[in-house]
Amino acid sequence: MTHAVKNSSFIRKLAGYLTGKLVVVFSHLLTGLRSQWREHAMTPEPTLYFGNHTSHGDFVLIWAGLTPYLRSLTRPVAAQDYWQGSRFRNFIGTDTFHALMIRRNAAGKHSSEDEDPVQQMADALEHGQSLIMFPEGTRNTTDAVLLAFKSGLYHLAVQCPNARLVPVWIDNIRRVLPKGKVLPIPLACTVHYGAPMQLNQGEDKAAFLARARQAMLDLRPEHDRRDDTLGNDPDKA
Amino acid sequence: MFQSPSLHANLILFGGLSAVLLLASIIGGLLKWKVAKGAPHSVIDNLNARVNAWWVMVAVVGLAFVFHKPGVIILFSLISFYALREFITLTYTRRGDHWALIAAFYICLPTQYALIWIDWYGLYSIFIPVYAFLFLPILEAFGGDVTRFLERASKVQWGLMICIFSISHVPALLTLNIPHFEDKNLLLIAFLVIVVQGSDVLQYVWGKLLGRHKVAPKLSPSKTWEGLIGGIASATALGALLHWATPFTPWQAALIALTICLMGFFGGLVMSAIKRDRGVKDWGAMIEGHGGMLDRLDSVVFAAPIYFHILRYYWT
Repeated sequence: MTHAVKNSSFIRKLAGYLTGKLVVVFSHLLTGLRSQWREHAMTPEPTLYFGNHTSHGDFVLIWAGLTPYLRSLTRPVAAQDYWQGSRFRNFIGTDTFHALMIRRNAAGKHSSEDEDPVQQMADALEHGQSLIMFPEGTRNTTDAVLLAFKSGLYHLAVQCPNARLVPVWIDNIRRVLPKGKVLPIPLACTVHYGAPMQLNQGEDKAAFLARARQAMLDLRPEHDRRDDTLGNDPDKA
Repeated sequence: MFQSPSLHANLILFGGLSAVLLLASIIGGLLKWKVAKGAPHSVIDNLNARVNAWWVMVAVVGLAFVFHKPGVIILFSLISFYALREFITLTYTRRGDHWALIAAFYICLPTQYALIWIDWYGLYSIFIPVYAFLFLPILEAFGGDVTRFLERASKVQWGLMICIFSISHVPALLTLNIPHFEDKNLLLIAFLVIVVQGSDVLQYVWGKLLGRHKVAPKLSPSKTWEGLIGGIASATALGALLHWATPFTPWQAALIALTICLMGFFGGLVMSAIKRDRGVKDWGAMIEGHGGMLDRLDSVVFAAPIYFHILRYYWT
């Protein structure tokens, strides 16, 4: 990634910046994007935003829903093999979103000689940056509201006890573009940013991940929660 | 509007609206200064946000009127789009509804307004009640998901009737041929919108000043008998006063104004019931101080088709 940044010319940076502005305008137009903040959630301290992942548009909405200043501090965590797979994706990933590229091998796990992804993320937070990540680890293409969490969020909470962990719920995005569909329905999306949380003293992995997951589910608007009884119970995940 | 026979009357109406809004802005500013003393005050701040939004809405409608039929049709197709988006956003849908929703947004909506543009009354009056009603459930059936099928299919159809069919009756007023009123149909739209929205505003004002007894506490905690009676009576009088801009006599204007104000009030109740059932206060947040597009338009939605058919039956 450092290699790519060094090669970025001024024009490239400008193009990246303008593309970012365009993405923000376009995502607001298509989805009527609204941001809802719970108390004290909006400060420039290093923050890890962790949200539900159902479509390719998720990190864009979490990013576009931030204020311009917070946006400039915030980088999505992304898979390097995907985002450096073509010149265009590399431009979008590196110059527009300044993504933190995580290496993984074909099995989806980082190999031993590579840098540890949790360490990469911890370093970024240490340097005052904020990050966007998806604790489900993969896109949720099932009927379940939210999948079980991978352990990455817990390891990060252990390694960075001072980082603010902000749960995020993106409302409606899965209806805008369901799995396997190409044409989006222009529904209104709301990004709910919850109150920051931290690892409690002596809290084990399972308890922490369950608490984090519940914090995300609690951000859903009431009308959405009520539909849980109708065949998409979140706890079926 | 330029060089059209309705220009003079429209200038008077928009001039009058601007004068009322100017007065409202001055009162709002005075309240903020004298009563709230510049500090945050939920009722006064909301009042000022509403007044500011009214300036924008009057300017947008005025701009559409300048471009006459294309302006009005484009404006109301956008209004339909935002209304339908708010409606479907709050509606339970599943993956199997995708093609029906695609058809609703990208086919039904533009088709309805195109039919009004080419003045094909025989089709635009049945396109959604007949063709969309039958074909959208067919698309949903192809989705292969039977979970709550009837409910999902009905809600999509209800959204189309409210957000596209009903709202499209406002620009459809331009297609009526009323003898001795040729090329002045913009004034029919102005009468409908001023009376119905005026009734909403006057109900709010009377309710804030005198409101004590709630009409329907379960549906809408802010609606009171004092607001309802004062608002509808004064909006009916306003309608009678505006008769010079319409093909109506003063008594006809008053009777029509009363009818559309009542429909508007009932529309507000029905749309409130849906919001309460979904556990939300507003349909959206696109109009500062008012809520969403449907919060502002719920009364017009229920008044427009009735107004259209009264005019079509008795005056054409």
